[in-house]
Amino acid sequence: MTIFYILMIFIVIASLIAVETTDLLSAVICIGAMGFGVSLIFLFLRAPDIAITQIVVEVLGLIILIRATISRDLTFISGDKEFFGTVVSVAIIFVIFLAGLRVFETLPEFGTAIFTEAPNAASQTYISQGLDKTGAANLVTSVILDYRAYDTLGEATVLFTSIIGATVLLRRKTKNTPETLQPVSES
Amino acid sequence: MKGMTIIVKTISSWVKMLIVLFGIYIILFGHLTPGGGFAGGVILASSYVLLMLAFGGEFVKKDLPLPLVSKLDCLGAFAFILIAILGLVFGGVFFANFLFEKYGQPLNLLSAGTIPLSNIAIGLKVGASLFLVIFSLSICCKGSQLDRK
Repeated sequence: MTIFYILMIFIVIASLIAVETTDLLSAVICIGAMGFGVSLIFLFLRAPDIAITQIVVEVLGLIILIRATISRDLTFISGDKEFFGTVVSVAIIFVIFLAGLRVFETLPEFGTAIFTEAPNAASQTYISQGLDKTGAANLVTSVILDYRAYDTLGEATVLFTSIIGATVLLRRKTKNTPETLQPVSES
Repeated sequence: MKGMTIIVKTISSWVKMLIVLFGIYIILFGHLTPGGGFAGGVILASSYVLLMLAFGGEFVKKDLPLPLVSKLDCLGAFAFILIAILGLVFGGVFFANFLFEKYGQPLNLLSAGTIPLSNIAIGLKVGASLFLVIFSLSICCKGSQLDRK
C-alpha cells in the first residue's frame, strides 16, 4: 500500500511542476514522468493490459510533444496569469471537489475490487463464465471484443473520424488551390 | 528533418524489427496474454515513428507511402465492421461470435472465435491511423517552420 502513496505523491509533484514551470520542454518531460507513474500504479494494481496501453501511448505522445516543442522558437512562457480566470477556475475546482467527496465515500477502499461491495455486479458474470462463453483466456479482451463490442466499435469510429479530420486539416497541399476555387456567389 | 548520425541509424534499423515483432505478438496473442489490438497497433506505429526520427520523414515516406497507410487504415475499419456484419448473418446478432463452435477450444492460439480476427483488424486500424496522425503533425511542424523563414 505504501508504494501507491509514494507513486501518487510523485504524480502530484510532477503535475504541479508541469503546470507551474515556464520551460515548455520541462513541462512535457514532467507529463511523461506523470504518465509512467500512472502506468506503474496500473501494474501494481494487477492491470497489465491498461499498463501496456498507458506506457505505449505515453511514449508516442511524449515523442510528438517533444518534437512539437523543440521545433518551435518559443520554448518559454512569459506573462502573468489573469486574476479573474484564476479565481473562477479555483472556484470550479472547489465545487467539483465538494461533489467528489460524496462520491468517494461510496467507493470501496483503494486497491480492492468493486464486487466486494456489490456481489451481483455484471463483472462477476464475466469472470465466472467468460472463459466458457467466449473461449478467450484474457478476460479483458473477451469483454472489449465480445461482451462490450459496441463500445469498441464506437471507439474505432471516433478514432477514424478524428484521423480523417487531422489529416485533412494538417495536410500541406490542398487539392484545389484558391485560384481555381469558384466563388460561392456565382453558383 | 534530415535524420541523425550513422550510429542511431544502424541501431534503429536493427531495433525496428524487434519492435515490429513485439507488436505482432501483442496483437496475435491478445486473447491469451495481456495486450490486444490497441496496444499492439500503437507499438507497430511506434516502430515507424522510430524510423522517422532516425532517418527523417522522406525515407519513411518512400518506405511506407501515405496512400498505402490510408488504405490500411480503411481496411482495418472495414474488416472490423465486416466481422460484426458476418456475426449478424451467421449468428443472428450483430457482433455474434459465429466462429466460436468451430474454434472455441480455450487456451489455444486458434481459439475464442472472432476475437483474434477483431484484434488484428483493430491493431491494423490503430497502428495505421496513429502513424498518419504523427506523420501529418511532423509535416505540419516542418511547414510552419518554413513559412516563418
